[in-house]
Amino acid sequence: MADTQVNTPEAPKPRKQGILDRHKILEKNATLLLVFSFLVVTIGGIVEIAPLFYLENTIEEVEGVRPYSPLELEGRNVYIREGCYVCHSQMIRPMRDEVERYGHYSLAAESMYDHPFQWGSKRTGPDLARVGGRYSDAWHVAHLVDPQSVVPESVMPKYGFLKNTLIDGRYIEDVMATNAFVGVPYSDEMLENGLADFRAQADPDSDYEDMLERYPGAQVRNFDGEPGISEMDALIAYLQVLGTMVDFSTFNPDESR
Amino acid sequence: MSKKPADQPTKVDTTGHSWDGIEEYNNPLPRWWLWTFYATIVWGVIYTLLYPAWPLVERATGGILGFSTRGQVEEQIATFEAQNSGLETELASVDLTTLADNGDLHNFAINKGAAVFRNNCSQCHGSGAQGAEGFPNLLDDDWLWGGAIDEIAYTVTNGIRNEDSFDAHWSEMPAFGRDEILTDAQIAEVVQYVRQISGQDHDAGLAASGEEVFLEQCAACHMDDGTGDVGLGAPNLTDAIWLYGGDVATLTETITNSRFGVMPAWSQDYRSAFGLSESEINAVAAYVHQLGGGQ
Repeated sequence: MADTQVNTPEAPKPRKQGILDRHKILEKNATLLLVFSFLVVTIGGIVEIAPLFYLENTIEEVEGVRPYSPLELEGRNVYIREGCYVCHSQMIRPMRDEVERYGHYSLAAESMYDHPFQWGSKRTGPDLARVGGRYSDAWHVAHLVDPQSVVPESVMPKYGFLKNTLIDGRYIEDVMATNAFVGVPYSDEMLENGLADFRAQADPDSDYEDMLERYPGAQVRNFDGEPGISEMDALIAYLQVLGTMVDFSTFNPDESR
Repeated sequence: MSKKPADQPTKVDTTGHSWDGIEEYNNPLPRWWLWTFYATIVWGVIYTLLYPAWPLVERATGGILGFSTRGQVEEQIATFEAQNSGLETELASVDLTTLADNGDLHNFAINKGAAVFRNNCSQCHGSGAQGAEGFPNLLDDDWLWGGAIDEIAYTVTNGIRNEDSFDAHWSEMPAFGRDEILTDAQIAEVVQYVRQISGQDHDAGLAASGEEVFLEQCAACHMDDGTGDVGLGAPNLTDAIWLYGGDVATLTETITNSRFGVMPAWSQDYRSAFGLSESEINAVAAYVHQLGGGQ
């Protein structure tokens, strides 16, 4: 058939190559197709992601947010290790029911020093973004040891072993250095005093003034009421600071978000 | 794209691809599908004009509608608050002692207070206000820091033994055993005495010598007769109501290491992110007061 067409005088002249014809080159060459598909996806990604790094209203500047103190950071590691994020979110969305129940909606700045963030995606238990200061330390101990003793309808497992697991903060300075490596502004002074600050926060009889200067608003207590620093101390120190760093009486939200 | 002539039996063009003599029809897309596709493109463009979308140099475009999720949540909260604004304003500044005479306002306060209680108080005091070990029952008429409605409001506002409010209730029982104020033998005696005045089984011999210890060490706060002092948050030891327990082991633990129950200060002055407003505090005080034990 092709032969007859070429030999027929009325046959149309070969058209100029259109874009669709050139596209055939891509369609017929697997490697080229792969490279160009990747390019297209890259452009899409850059357009969506890159502006977030320079737009001023992505992370609004908020006063009061500081890096976690060494003891809080250790508690955060316990929180992650035990998978608390599987049942508890840390993200109060800007919706009426959530704000009425949990308090002011979460700000991006409040988790800017979280690596990884603990926003979570499922709430079997309540949101914990603002659990700090809501309950006494004794309540946290009672609740972590036996959740049903204070909340009978709870399905939370027991975490009493945290109280019996004493920790010495041996690696806390390494953990801080790792966080500093990914962008948490721990100063040299903070890194050098990591272990001392770790111990000071759990001991109200210690010399904790310097620690408080480095981590304003950190709470110094024997959180679990037992001698020694346990994972329970660290976890409660972390829970008690969640959502408390920003003073919302002086906070002006950026309306464009 | 070059097209082959129509397939003879069906009159449909083929794509021109031919593999081993097998060819592919080039049927057009269904018209309804195509127009839906075009419509979504148009809708997408309009959407990005109406709502925040395109990133510019410093911020993204705000959209013609000026929508923001933050604005929306504020608007919604304001709408619901406006519905009861009259009662809310009245409740925020009401004289609590006469609240019960104002039927409508009292009714509103109790219902509002029930919601506040369930959200903020029930985790410690129980969903029915029945309390738990270490967290007082609010249904009975035994009050650590006073059960009048304005006293309840004060406690909710400032809390107990917290470092946030300077006006928090504060008292601290000594750790008689840990700090070696009393010997183990003296503690055992005073435990028996406390069991005697609370009408429980006790060793009369030990209790007799325990009375001396009690009058010397405990009576300053718990009163000579053990009925306690609300001004100091010292519990009445003569009734059958126990915060931590009235058995020998628990009493020994309490006297040896003391207790230090903490309640947060709930006013939004101390809890800027989730604290209670004046009207919420008054409402929850009214709710707790009418549960049964209010004075």
